[in-house]
Amino acid sequence: MLIVNGKEMQYSGPCTVLELLGRLGYRPDRTAVEKNGEIIPRAELAGTELADNDKLEIVSFVGGG
Amino acid sequence: MDKESFAGGAEMDRKSFAEDAEMDRDSFMQALARRHGKENQVILSRSTVGIAGLGGLGSHVAFSLARLGVGRLVLVDFDRVDVTNLHRQQYAAHQVGMEKPRALAMELERINPYGTYDTYFERVTPENICRLFGDCQVICEAFDHAKEKAMLTENVLMRLKGTPLVAASGMAGMESGNSIRTTKVMPDFYLCGDRASDVDNVGSLIEPRVALCAAHQALTVFRLLLGIQEI
Repeated sequence: MLIVNGKEMQYSGPCTVLELLGRLGYRPDRTAVEKNGEIIPRAELAGTELADNDKLEIVSFVGGG
Repeated sequence: MDKESFAGGAEMDRKSFAEDAEMDRDSFMQALARRHGKENQVILSRSTVGIAGLGGLGSHVAFSLARLGVGRLVLVDFDRVDVTNLHRQQYAAHQVGMEKPRALAMELERINPYGTYDTYFERVTPENICRLFGDCQVICEAFDHAKEKAMLTENVLMRLKGTPLVAASGMAGMESGNSIRTTKVMPDFYLCGDRASDVDNVGSLIEPRVALCAAHQALTVFRLLLGIQEI
């Protein structure tokens, strides 16, 4: 199980953070991802494997300012 | 790097604005303290806030913080004032063509001649974030593009741990202002906006909604400076 933005989600790994973003419809270049309290640098999204009970905050940005 | 400080560089202007207004620093500060609280004003006047991007959001945030009497603002943008900015940004027609940081500092000097306005006419990158914003108590993300917003967020939260970031996402379109909200997303990360309306999809970007979102940001900065961390 994962907790993504405060909601429980079934997890049957293996899966990287980048793959999860893709499955959930996020655009990696427009998001900031925190895993278990630590920001994951964009360059490390593809190499970061998820583990059971990981807690993620995914923030997606839209344009305009 | 093109850094200029309006505390020293524009000393002449500062004096003339203050003299024109027939007021002095003490009466100005006392007026602020009467509305904001004496102890609060001491904190605000000793604070430094960074603003990354000086468009619709950043220019409005800067106006608010100058009026609040925040002691020092770090103003960063690589762009010049364009005629297409005037519909929502705090610049005047005669400033078209000027570097935005300098143009904005000129306006801020007219409102609060006792603040320090450090201006940097350069693009914010992962490499210069610590140099530009390293001594800020709070940082405001006020860019236009989603990718730049994500870049700044990632790098401030990684490289300047413990410095709160107040970002904005979703203020395009003509929907009701009631959709603009402030959310505490992570311990040091606050996000203002409706988090959905993308200028690339809805097209329009109108002053009142952008100003509303910027006001959410400025209020959040004010509260953070005073130690209020919950929304």
